[in-house]
Amino acid sequence: MGVVTAGRVVRVAGPLVEVRDVGPVAMHDLVALGPSAIPGEVVAIRDGLVSLQAYEYTGGLGPGAAAVPAGRPLSVRLGPGLLGRVFDGLLRPLSAAPAFLTPGAAIKDGDQSWRFEARVSEGEVVEPGQMLGVVADAGALEHRVLVPPGTAGVVESLADGKCEPDAVIATVGGAPVGLIANWPVRVPRPHRARRTAVEPLRTGQRVVDLLFPIARGSAAAVPGGFGTGKTVLLQQLAKWCDADVIVYIGCGERGNELAEVVAELFELTDPRTGGRLADRTVVIANTSNMPMMAREASIYTGVAVAEFYRDMGYHAVVIADSTSRWAEALREFASRTGALPAEEGYPADLASALAAFYERAGSVETLGGSTGSVTIIGAVSPPGGDMTEPVTAHTERFVRARWTLDRDLAYSRHYPAVSWSGSFSRDAPAIGGHHARENDPDWPARRDRVIGLLAEADRLSALAELVGAATLSAPERVVLLGGRLLRDGVLQQSALSSVDAPGGDEKAAALVDAVLAVVDECRRLVGAGVAVEDVEEFDFTELVRLRERAGPRDVELIGQCRDVVLAGLRRLM
Amino acid sequence: MTEDVGRRVEFTGVRELRGPLVVVAGVTGVGWDEFVRIRLSSGELRHGLVLEVDDDLAVVQVLEGTAGMSCSGTSLEFTGSPLDVPVGTGWLGRVCGGRGQPIDGGPPVFGTRREPVTGAPLNPTWREPPAEPVFTGVSAIDALTTLVRGQKLPLFSLPGLPHLELATQIAAQSTAEGEQFCVVFAGIGLTHADAAFARDALEERSAAGELVLLLNTADDPVVERILTPRIALTIAEELAFRGGRHVLVVMTDMTSYAEALREVSAARGEIPARRSYPGYLYSDLATLFERCGRIRGRPGSVTVLPVLTMPGGDITHPVPDLTGYITEGQIVFSAEAHARGVYPPVDPLASLSRLMRNGAGPGRTRADHLDVAAQLLAALARARQVRDLAELIGLSGLGRTDRAYLEFEQAFRDDLIGQRRGETRSLDDTLERAWRVLLRLPRSELVMLPTALLEQR
Repeated sequence: MGVVTAGRVVRVAGPLVEVRDVGPVAMHDLVALGPSAIPGEVVAIRDGLVSLQAYEYTGGLGPGAAAVPAGRPLSVRLGPGLLGRVFDGLLRPLSAAPAFLTPGAAIKDGDQSWRFEARVSEGEVVEPGQMLGVVADAGALEHRVLVPPGTAGVVESLADGKCEPDAVIATVGGAPVGLIANWPVRVPRPHRARRTAVEPLRTGQRVVDLLFPIARGSAAAVPGGFGTGKTVLLQQLAKWCDADVIVYIGCGERGNELAEVVAELFELTDPRTGGRLADRTVVIANTSNMPMMAREASIYTGVAVAEFYRDMGYHAVVIADSTSRWAEALREFASRTGALPAEEGYPADLASALAAFYERAGSVETLGGSTGSVTIIGAVSPPGGDMTEPVTAHTERFVRARWTLDRDLAYSRHYPAVSWSGSFSRDAPAIGGHHARENDPDWPARRDRVIGLLAEADRLSALAELVGAATLSAPERVVLLGGRLLRDGVLQQSALSSVDAPGGDEKAAALVDAVLAVVDECRRLVGAGVAVEDVEEFDFTELVRLRERAGPRDVELIGQCRDVVLAGLRRLM
Repeated sequence: MTEDVGRRVEFTGVRELRGPLVVVAGVTGVGWDEFVRIRLSSGELRHGLVLEVDDDLAVVQVLEGTAGMSCSGTSLEFTGSPLDVPVGTGWLGRVCGGRGQPIDGGPPVFGTRREPVTGAPLNPTWREPPAEPVFTGVSAIDALTTLVRGQKLPLFSLPGLPHLELATQIAAQSTAEGEQFCVVFAGIGLTHADAAFARDALEERSAAGELVLLLNTADDPVVERILTPRIALTIAEELAFRGGRHVLVVMTDMTSYAEALREVSAARGEIPARRSYPGYLYSDLATLFERCGRIRGRPGSVTVLPVLTMPGGDITHPVPDLTGYITEGQIVFSAEAHARGVYPPVDPLASLSRLMRNGAGPGRTRADHLDVAAQLLAALARARQVRDLAELIGLSGLGRTDRAYLEFEQAFRDDLIGQRRGETRSLDDTLERAWRVLLRLPRSELVMLPTALLEQR
């Protein structure tokens, strides 16, 4: 970095700051503003007048204040110590900050030291992405230190043992490699190739895994009006999906909710590792009252963190709640800069900004040759529940799956309120093929039957509301019954029950098979002349409540219960 | 607002007056969001905030409005700090205007410290998840949508419904079960009749030194409305987080607040979003409502109860819609219940308190509370279906169980929800009423109640 010249502020309007005479700056470079060095990012340059978006409250900042360019784009510090902690939108640790986030109260990063264990030796030739060593005391997940992109050659020196956070742990081909690396958040981290092989991401939510599954490296959107249980669903995904790392971005949402998520993550045990769920989670918090523009950055910060773990060979999942608040930050700023508005006042580049974000999802072969993935799950909060509004409409085009939350289901306390008629998954055929090959040949047929039965039941119940259920034929009334049993006994899943919440493939398959077997038996009975009323009045409580009794692998219990119900039904003959 | 010392340079180059805005040229050393004192040629003193500074130009919004101001003869003094108010117990028992100026004939309010009214965001890692109830003494709320200390729970009403009555009733009679409790009541854009009603209804609590009343009336300057809730919350934060009290902040009517925001936005020529409200309405409302909460390791809490009227009864209107996205549930009024003469006219099925499961039940309210509430709502939903059916096929076509549901709904309305204005019900009274109402149904219908509970009855 050469000699830094300080420019001066000429205009301040909320988060929009214009400065002059800062010398040569590039788009997206950082500039420190005023005495408290508020970070601002260059968004436009015209005739020496540089427009910046400020990441903190700009109260008191005025014309004449100093503007010092940082000489680099907005970057985050990636290194050990991210898991199990809470950060702000610029990845500064909130756990180290005071109770009230006053502007200028600089958030200091901890100066904890780490124990580095080399896995290469001096004199070896290494490639970008190759592992140099691990940080031994960074938690349950092995923290791997890699040769950074663009660096290669002979390992000239190598540290071992205790290291300060800012220490250089190796010199490779003349370039120093630190324990912590700065990475510009808006730039996707490089990889060798995108993988085409499809593996399912097990989310633990039955309705998702059975009907609208997604692959590792896919992207999914969760649109839902307020009160449809969006946040609870995302929290369940954060807790129970089978990823190595979860990056949870609370973007413009409620502070109390975020506090609750963090508290729960610290209490719950990870069923796969036995450690705390918090130890695989990085929380990025920009609640709705925190500075607006850091909300815009938080999305990219989250993806950069996920890519950092992906490059180590892990499967990461980014959960962003909610992308609508991020889009609103874009809109507010565009309006301040006087950009021409497109739909509903959003800037015209909303679609490309959304695409750039969701396209950072992917399952890749890393530079070092291992396999890793970033899956993105983004909540959308459509104003007034209007699914044609720009953020929802554009997002749908760039994601592989949409899990639409239905207000009617939520009002009837059916959770998770994922609508089977309004959702889709473009990964479903490929995942069906994967299941069929690996362990469950019946998977695609089972999914087709469930979707078919639900659709038929919906059609008939709409009809029944008009003409009364009594006028339907007996087989049709069995379909209605079957739809109800599937909804209550399989698709509903209690977030509060420690037995039901984690889900599980075996349990889901067994539950569906049990319900379908019961429906088949009911159909046979009414075909054989049993009064349909007797079948409808049969007590199915055991079957419906089975999901709260059977654990993730309790296939046997489900089978027993199914047989008891079937035997009971046969006595109706 | 008290005038403090340290006079600074006054600027007189007023170039433009438009709506609530003043544009002044030739200024130096002015920062964004700074507080401004404006002196008119008549000697009158007004106050403003800097909305934008561009080189030597400053755009200032005038809290008292620009009526009577002229380009010549107006001078502006920039104070160099954001707008702040004195904070402390001096506010308790006082009645003030929308800017905090006394209207009860008393002296200006003094405090040991001053705090900026915009507040600072609470670090989410310092938040303690809300877990204890506020007892409002209103059955419809305590039983079914329990208000939790540190929660933000809005009341969605319609024009003409008794939301002000319910808001004042809650403000007058809420308690935190023996712990120090007080109320900050912010009236925003109230008519004079409503303001007088609120003063009257809250007199007792005010006299007991447990209430701060801020009243911005409908004919007060629009910009003042933007300030009133911020002052209320700043006072509340001090009373809660330093004073250790549980503070309930009632803000009515937030629709007037949003309209004031829209008016200022339009005057500035900002690009409008839905229904011409500014694009930042969500963030702006959030900076108010998110000031509720509890802080780890400190006593006290701030609970926020905003009241808003849904224009045209439309819950998808931007104000209720965005509020619903920020708050932790909502209490919704129904015009139909009001027409049937029910007070408070709450629609329990549309209402929800998201934090109720944390703030009610064993150790919080009563062991049977959550089960009883779930059963009441399930039965009410069934009763609604029966009522729809009865309208199609007539009462005579209903079975015995269905008729029991109709009786249940009647009793639910009359014995549980219906309440006199000014009547305070203890939680035990409320829950016993709930049981009496539930037991009108055949016991076989009460499937959500554990058998152990049912056997005690």
